[in-house]
Amino acid sequence: MSFPWANEYKPSHPLMQWLDEKLPLPRFVYNAVGAGYPVPRNLNYMWNFGVLAGVCLMIQIVTGVILAMHYAANTGVAFDSVEHIMRDVNWGWMLRYAHANGASAFFVVVYIHIFRGFFYSSYKAPREMIWLLGVVIFLLMMATAFMGYVLPWGQMSFWGAKVITGLFGAIPLVGEPLQQWLLGGFSPDQAALNRFFSLHFLLPFVLAGVIILHIWALHIPGSSNPTGVEVKQESDTVPFHPYYTAKDGFGLGVFLILYCAVLFFAPNALGHPDNYIAANPLSTPAHIVPEWYFWPFYAILRAFTSDFFFIPAKLMGVLAMFSAILVWFFLPWLDTSPVRSGHYRPLFRKFFYLLLVDVAVLGYCGGAPAAEPFVMISQIAAAYYFLHFLVILPLVSSIEKPQPLPYSITEAVLGTDEGAVLNANPAAA
Amino acid sequence: MVRLFGPLVGLFFAVALLWSFGNGAYVAITEPAAPTAEKLFHKHPKEVEFSFNGAFGKFDNQQLQRGFQVYKEVCSNCHSLKQVAFRNLADLGYSEPEVKAIAKQWATKAKTFDAKTGDAGERDNLPADHIPPVYYAGQGSPPDLSLITKARHEGSAYVYSLLTGYQDQPAELLKQFPDAKTPEGLHFNPYFANLNLAMPAPLTDGGVTYADGTKATVDQQAKDVAAFLTWTAEPKLDKRKQTGWAVLGFLLAATVLAYLAKKNVWANAH
Repeated sequence: MSFPWANEYKPSHPLMQWLDEKLPLPRFVYNAVGAGYPVPRNLNYMWNFGVLAGVCLMIQIVTGVILAMHYAANTGVAFDSVEHIMRDVNWGWMLRYAHANGASAFFVVVYIHIFRGFFYSSYKAPREMIWLLGVVIFLLMMATAFMGYVLPWGQMSFWGAKVITGLFGAIPLVGEPLQQWLLGGFSPDQAALNRFFSLHFLLPFVLAGVIILHIWALHIPGSSNPTGVEVKQESDTVPFHPYYTAKDGFGLGVFLILYCAVLFFAPNALGHPDNYIAANPLSTPAHIVPEWYFWPFYAILRAFTSDFFFIPAKLMGVLAMFSAILVWFFLPWLDTSPVRSGHYRPLFRKFFYLLLVDVAVLGYCGGAPAAEPFVMISQIAAAYYFLHFLVILPLVSSIEKPQPLPYSITEAVLGTDEGAVLNANPAAA
Repeated sequence: MVRLFGPLVGLFFAVALLWSFGNGAYVAITEPAAPTAEKLFHKHPKEVEFSFNGAFGKFDNQQLQRGFQVYKEVCSNCHSLKQVAFRNLADLGYSEPEVKAIAKQWATKAKTFDAKTGDAGERDNLPADHIPPVYYAGQGSPPDLSLITKARHEGSAYVYSLLTGYQDQPAELLKQFPDAKTPEGLHFNPYFANLNLAMPAPLTDGGVTYADGTKATVDQQAKDVAAFLTWTAEPKLDKRKQTGWAVLGFLLAATVLAYLAKKNVWANAH
């Protein structure tokens, strides 16, 4: 879109010319995901996950809207209405499993997308706004997923809602009234379930809006790429269509195979058995755990077991849990290395892999019962998490000596940049 | 600003975490957590072969019918099965008249309420009715069984293990935990989360008489009713797997084509 050599949309059919004058929608599509959008030619499969995340949102909206036609957000019947969907609604079992596992698939894809951003420093100038909007998208996803998990009104729904809204109670002075206002009562009940349903329906469309901004911001500088060297010339790019439509098509196929394998053959593997027990405010489950995609943050929340000076442990946990995501907002200014790609940053790369292991350890501890040794492990892992972003990254970017970069993307792909013009066709030129 | 305050915030959280860690470590060393009877003597469900295990597994209708008989003659004295309607039993291979007969002969009748006169009454169950709830006045609170195999880890094997797992409390346990003696009115079972439950061993050899001539051992009944309760929790299991193979077959073919298309498009660009 932004490069001067981008193909121009030239409709040949009179109808399309007529349409282009009145409402240039085909031109918009052509320039956004068509042949009119030049993209770096060296993107690897890590760059498939943005499109896949978009597909996940669509799967969630389509299955979710249909589920909402059969679901009843009333504490007396919510649990049974989900079972009604599983048993009596035509293909209802498939819709519900697609939606529940779709949430997990969405998070898998988005976590890979985020860690791609970490490794290739996709957050650096001129792409800070794309990154900031991405963090907003992730926060909205977390809120949506949390409220969606409450809707079946099983044991884990109820107690999860109780624990998470209880976090707001840790805020000094306003905490308790704030918690009651959010829940519409002292404990999750009819008011909370009804508003969670309403918000769970609303937020995906807010999400879609922010995703449009995310893609809009992306189309200003264009995609980053595995070398981190900016596009210099036409030979560094290929048109989005057919090159990346074809590549995304293959990636989508692989994704759908994995997703459907879970959906049809292990649909409850990622869920918790307790959520097949109807909510019971009088019976607390032995271990209250959120869904797997919240485990790293849940581990950070629970890692604070002692009051720190005058700050209660619970408040520290809540502050840390939110800070663990908010810190991503500051990433573009914490990592000041002029080199983007982790391929050319030997020291940064080591710490990146350490972070990957650290988050996996946090995730494991977050899913485990709150007992030793998991609490002590999660304390060390959480400390490393904060040190990584706030101390190590700034330090590494000032002391590290990056390896030499290729002159251009063309050189990185072909080994030499001379006369490397893609689709060189003297007749057409 | 970010570069100045960032490290301070990082150190703040790190020091607070190390403070928590230090306190936790001190407690762990000075007062090591004592093992509990539940931790040492609770057992994971046994390995069981079911016809519906695995990606190609299917329900065995003969077994489901036997399991339904066990539910009807034994479990249903205390446990509800409220998600299941009589009409659903057609899935087990019962014909329409058989389903009608099962509903009609069900011991607990359907409750009626005449809105005009305000009179409460009873009538025979119809295929469209759900299995009537069981009200249990004795000790303990028997859970509804409709979803029990999905509400427990490895639920099908769990139900089988629990039903066949009743035993005397091991002497080893009583030696280590003299206070953990099974209380009066409860029954020891290592497959139950806290080892003691209110339900006495419900199955006996020959307790039911199977119409198909299968020998009704405790083991056989436990396996049959575990299979039946797997069906009540996931009645669409067969259809799910069958659909899954069709979907995967289509996706595999489509993905191969997509891969070839990608290779073709990119042939001149590498």
